Amino acid sequence: MNTKINFAGIEMKNPVTVASGTFGYGREYSEFFDLGLLGAVITKGTSLKPKSGNKPPRVCETASGMLNSIGLQNPGVEYFATNDLPYLRKFDTKIIVNACGSSIEEYVELCKILNTLDIDGVELNLSCPNVKEGCMAFGNTYEGVRKVTSEVRKVLDKPLIVKLTPNVTDIASIAKGVEDGGADAVSLINTLLGMKIDIYKKKPVLANNTGGLSGPAIKPVAVRMVYQVAQAVNIPIMGLGGIVSGEDAVEFMLAGATAISIGAGNFIDPYTSIKTIAGIEEYMKKCDINDINEIIGKVEMNG
Amino acid sequence: MPKQILAQLLKKEEIIKDVFQYSVKADEIVNIAKPGQFIEIRVSDQTEPFLRRPISIYNLDKENGILEFIVQVKGKGTELLSRKEIGDKIDIIGPLGFGTFKFSQYEKIAIIGGGIGIFPLYELAKQAKKEGKEVHCYLGFRNKDFVMLEKEFQGVTDKLVITTDDGTYANKGFAIDYLKEDMETEKYECIFACGPIPMLRVVKEYTDNHNTNCQISLEEKMGCGLGVCLGCAVKTAKSPKEAPEYFHVCKGGPVFNAKDVEF
Repeated sequence: MNTKINFAGIEMKNPVTVASGTFGYGREYSEFFDLGLLGAVITKGTSLKPKSGNKPPRVCETASGMLNSIGLQNPGVEYFATNDLPYLRKFDTKIIVNACGSSIEEYVELCKILNTLDIDGVELNLSCPNVKEGCMAFGNTYEGVRKVTSEVRKVLDKPLIVKLTPNVTDIASIAKGVEDGGADAVSLINTLLGMKIDIYKKKPVLANNTGGLSGPAIKPVAVRMVYQVAQAVNIPIMGLGGIVSGEDAVEFMLAGATAISIGAGNFIDPYTSIKTIAGIEEYMKKCDINDINEIIGKVEMNG
Repeated sequence: MPKQILAQLLKKEEIIKDVFQYSVKADEIVNIAKPGQFIEIRVSDQTEPFLRRPISIYNLDKENGILEFIVQVKGKGTELLSRKEIGDKIDIIGPLGFGTFKFSQYEKIAIIGGGIGIFPLYELAKQAKKEGKEVHCYLGFRNKDFVMLEKEFQGVTDKLVITTDDGTYANKGFAIDYLKEDMETEKYECIFACGPIPMLRVVKEYTDNHNTNCQISLEEKMGCGLGVCLGCAVKTAKSPKEAPEYFHVCKGGPVFNAKDVEF
């Protein structure tokens, strides 16, 4: 049985990765299992300079999911390179750094540094809904996405993945901007913008008022978008949004994803990603599939 | 290093209305847990409710490997938990939190708790007393219906002051006022506090002003409980309002030096 995939030039032992912002830089979860079991680790969103993040409360629970408004708190790329990367490198897994910035120049500066590091790929975060400047500002038009992607492409030789926001009217056209900008792959979806109100205080629960919705609640939206993007572009797709099991992962792959990420699912069970790998293998056995690559994009639409 | 275990429920008791005390077999956690740490409980094996519930550790029975925690039924998660039956397995991650109550260097301490905030203080009092410290404890409750664990705390303290806001049981008023009064004559080397935010603010202000050591246990909405999601932020005291810096309750805490945080 083969579970190996090649995602945008990154050879992974299986299609299961962990999503940015739900796995830190790997240390905490490495106390539960060998990170070498994962196809890849996608790091916490990392910026050129440290960011302290938003005011609390930053998270709250919703129906089969959660809202977050962390605000990309991270120690900055220099700290990552010195303190976290060497630790992550000890594990036999691929390392993809999620990169965020607030201007094209910042993305470019950051990616110049990332290009010199011992990492396997960069995921450009154009989709965080919780910071005013940057990120999503670039992520919601074809031209915005194409422009920043192509500028980064000029300085980055490593595999380039661009992560998209679902908070747009036409996801396929945005994904086209990623492809036209010269990226190697696209990942989707980031969180859906949401809000929860405390009815007694008559105020939003999150200090930032709105936040990004994740968890199984958003899975059908994500599957639909992955399918739509798969029809529009020829670059591979990293699918994510509410995956908590092997069955969920297979759904994304049938819709067109080559690899998938476990996000908020890590929070409810540290072993969700490992269980997802086992679940994919179980499905393969059950359906007599020898190579996981056979199922990518194989959904048969109703006529 | 936290563990994830399926812990068998050995005992469940409603100690006051809607507040349940749970005893579970959890050697792996009990062996390494320290006073002030917490656990995260998954109340359903489905995805609804979604997140784990952070719950403070009430008692560590090291001899028998039994972990005890007390939870007030407040929403659907804690309600589901209250429906667990003896023999059921409970999915627990713990012990969590690197910020624990540190009492070894002191000889005479005061502990102050309010309402359901008193739970993590019991193990602290128990261990401090066992190490021969002089432990004075001030526990405040809304009224007589909310008073709990009096006997238990009595057994692990040298002096116990119970207060109710309305005076329907024991002393009338706020526990902090009784503590403040005693601090004029008693020499407490450190104050340990957990309870509602307004109470903690008064404790912090008072101990800040009197330059008294104070450790407080904080609460904030959590995503992962492991220091990954960075959800449970609490502002550091040193950072300016315009450019706040944050600790995280699940990792830096839940116990902080009161002078280090702002809330």
